[in-house]
Amino acid sequence: MAETSVADRHTHSAARAHQFDDAGQQRDAVTMGMWVFLVTEIMFFGGLFASYVVYRALYPMAFAVASQELDIKLGTLNTAVLLVSSFTMVVAVFGSQTGSRRMLVGGLAMTVALGVVFLVIKFFEYYQKYVERHIPGPSFAFPEPYTQPAKMYFTLYFAMTGLHAAHMIVGCGLLTVLIVMAWRGRFTPEYHSPVEVSGLYWHFVDIIWIFLYPLLYLIGRHLE
Amino acid sequence: MRTLSGGWDLDSHWKPPANRSRRATRTHAPPRKRDCQRTCAVTPPKDWLLWIRNHKRIGLLYLVSITLFFFLGGFFALLIRLELMTPPGDLISSQTYNKMFSMHGIIMVFFFLIPSIPTVLGNFFVPMMVGARDVAFPRLNLLSWYLFNLGGLCMLYAVVNGGVDTGWTFYPPYSANFSNTNVAMAVTAIFIAGFSSIVTGLNFIITIHAMRAPGMTWFRLPLFIWSLYATSLIQVLGTPILAITLALVAGERLLHLGVFDPAYGGDPILFQHLFWFYSHPAVYIMILPAMGVVSELVATFTRKEIYGYKFVAAASVAIAVFGFLVWGHHMFVSGQSIFAGLIFSLLSYAVAIPSAVKVFNWTATLYKSSVSLQTPMLYAFGFIGLFTIGGLTGLFVAALGIDIHVTDTYFVIAHFHYIMVGGAVMGYLGGIHYWWPKISGRMYPEIWGKLAALTVFVGFNLTFFPQFVLGYLGMPRRYHAYPDEFQVLNVMSSAGASILGVGYILPMIYLAWSMRYGEKAGANPWPATGLEWHTPSPPPKENFLEPPVVTWGAYDMSAQPELVARLNDEDRMYEAALRVGARKREELDVEPPAAGA
Repeated sequence: MAETSVADRHTHSAARAHQFDDAGQQRDAVTMGMWVFLVTEIMFFGGLFASYVVYRALYPMAFAVASQELDIKLGTLNTAVLLVSSFTMVVAVFGSQTGSRRMLVGGLAMTVALGVVFLVIKFFEYYQKYVERHIPGPSFAFPEPYTQPAKMYFTLYFAMTGLHAAHMIVGCGLLTVLIVMAWRGRFTPEYHSPVEVSGLYWHFVDIIWIFLYPLLYLIGRHLE
Repeated sequence: MRTLSGGWDLDSHWKPPANRSRRATRTHAPPRKRDCQRTCAVTPPKDWLLWIRNHKRIGLLYLVSITLFFFLGGFFALLIRLELMTPPGDLISSQTYNKMFSMHGIIMVFFFLIPSIPTVLGNFFVPMMVGARDVAFPRLNLLSWYLFNLGGLCMLYAVVNGGVDTGWTFYPPYSANFSNTNVAMAVTAIFIAGFSSIVTGLNFIITIHAMRAPGMTWFRLPLFIWSLYATSLIQVLGTPILAITLALVAGERLLHLGVFDPAYGGDPILFQHLFWFYSHPAVYIMILPAMGVVSELVATFTRKEIYGYKFVAAASVAIAVFGFLVWGHHMFVSGQSIFAGLIFSLLSYAVAIPSAVKVFNWTATLYKSSVSLQTPMLYAFGFIGLFTIGGLTGLFVAALGIDIHVTDTYFVIAHFHYIMVGGAVMGYLGGIHYWWPKISGRMYPEIWGKLAALTVFVGFNLTFFPQFVLGYLGMPRRYHAYPDEFQVLNVMSSAGASILGVGYILPMIYLAWSMRYGEKAGANPWPATGLEWHTPSPPPKENFLEPPVVTWGAYDMSAQPELVARLNDEDRMYEAALRVGARKREELDVEPPAAGA
């Protein structure tokens, strides 16, 4: 009896790691692991959000004035791009649950494509800021009296959107790996937790943007 | 008082009674070759560092890494104490002295104390104590070791490249704009090591949630698991804040961003808030695992269930939660509002409640128990006493008025060393000795263990008790010179530090010795009730010979009749020995342990 139980434990499928008793336990562990990881991410961004709150309370006018320098059209477009990418991610997860490889691969590919579109638009926004000398550093320029607090605003702008963009790049890499795996038929309705947790990650990165967009782009727009 | 040292290593002579449960039979059976072959069939082709994913090996890798950093940090402490032997700053310059205490603090906090118990004892024993084959994410576990060492290498680079002189707290604007030392490299090191800490915490949370053996309910978990769960919560919630804060300091230093620099409209107090939001809970990352170890030790060496198990378990979580609400007590004199100070002071007092629950419950467990004063228990007693002193002096510095008098004096230094060294390191050493038979399969020499434990206790108190007095008399921290009247107490402290150093080197020697020459330990030498003792020492690759099913609460010895029978046998043998005055079992003319008693 002991022999069979030892043997059972080592009959591996490619999908299940040896430390788990069954697929259900693995799925629970992986899903919960991603949720806990996302909590750490919230705290990671949280430090920046806390700094933002403090400095916006200290320099409300400067933040509003500096915020006008951002390109609200590109920012809004990017918000739309990310929201659609969340939808295509849901399509991919649905495809993995129902065993539709076409929906899975198509959804993932669309999501990566939209992610890249977001990053390209972000790059042009950054480039615009470079041309306008709004990148904090020795060459930073902003009209008085808001030069210093505006620099603080742009420091936070680049730190927060830069960290967000880094997460987008990681997400695109993750999803690209998933596309290859999905293409090779590695996922089944029984085993698709990598797609599911990558979806969680992608939605999380979107949600961060949903907070960044109003905090950075929409300060005092109603005053115009 | 029975010991294993006086010729009474009863365990090695002990033969299991005939009618034991099937489980007990299996624990004493050596792993069969058949099992090993099956196990080895899933071993990756190369047993190279990249392939080590077993939690026990990763624990041992961590043991090597953090031991190196412990002695490096200790070396800086040695230089500090040498300098403070004499009132003038004659051994090292003030600049070098600044670097010494900074690097001592950074290395001891981030590269020894925070990882110590979780990464070594936690990695080795969390999966075993919950009845799992491994942690939930073994590859992430290995990644955490690599990240730790990468961070460690960055720190070593900063050390050999001229060091850091900001103190371990990295307060801007000095750290960001004025220090001419390797601040950027040091904060990078902590940033990287921080992720290893996050990954370890995440792994433990998921392991404890999802990997428990059948029957291992939350309230059957050993208290070590509860305290590591609380620790992991802090690691997961706090460390990212430190990471982003230090990243901002590095950005400020390298790119002149000015986030915390008042010259650019930044707020240095904001840094202190963010820093202490992590770094105060970090104190609980250090002390909570040690409390967990002490709970195990007290239960095993009193042979009783921990009094008020549920309260001790809940106290761990309560300390983790309260710990996040008290960071402002580091900033009573930093310019935060008096009302904030008032609230933080009150909340700091609140942390004393769950801490006291633990101390009182350990003490209550001792009542009418049969205490074995073996080495791990000596460390546990050391912990309880020293932690109590450290905790009560913590109430002094949590009080707004007294804190203003003792801020930045040696009183604070002594207070937190009583917690971190008297508490956390005592717990760590106690745990290492307690689980050493399981880790190595060998007993350490008991007499040397006791000697080292007493040396550490004496050395520690001689080092740090005078510092309470020095601080109360007004000697400030972080100075390399002091007035003549402080010399006697400083020399006492330095003398104690050298004794303490001997106490730390001794276990290194005899533990290494015992790996080869120690007596074979057997599966359950103490004996203890936890799942980790229900498997051979050292444990097989997947921890258990057959998947465990748990039907007893933690520390419930009555649920394991074979242990009770064994203890009764030991008692009988001991009483017989007392009657005839025998020193060795062989001299005894009594029946061997009755089978099935």
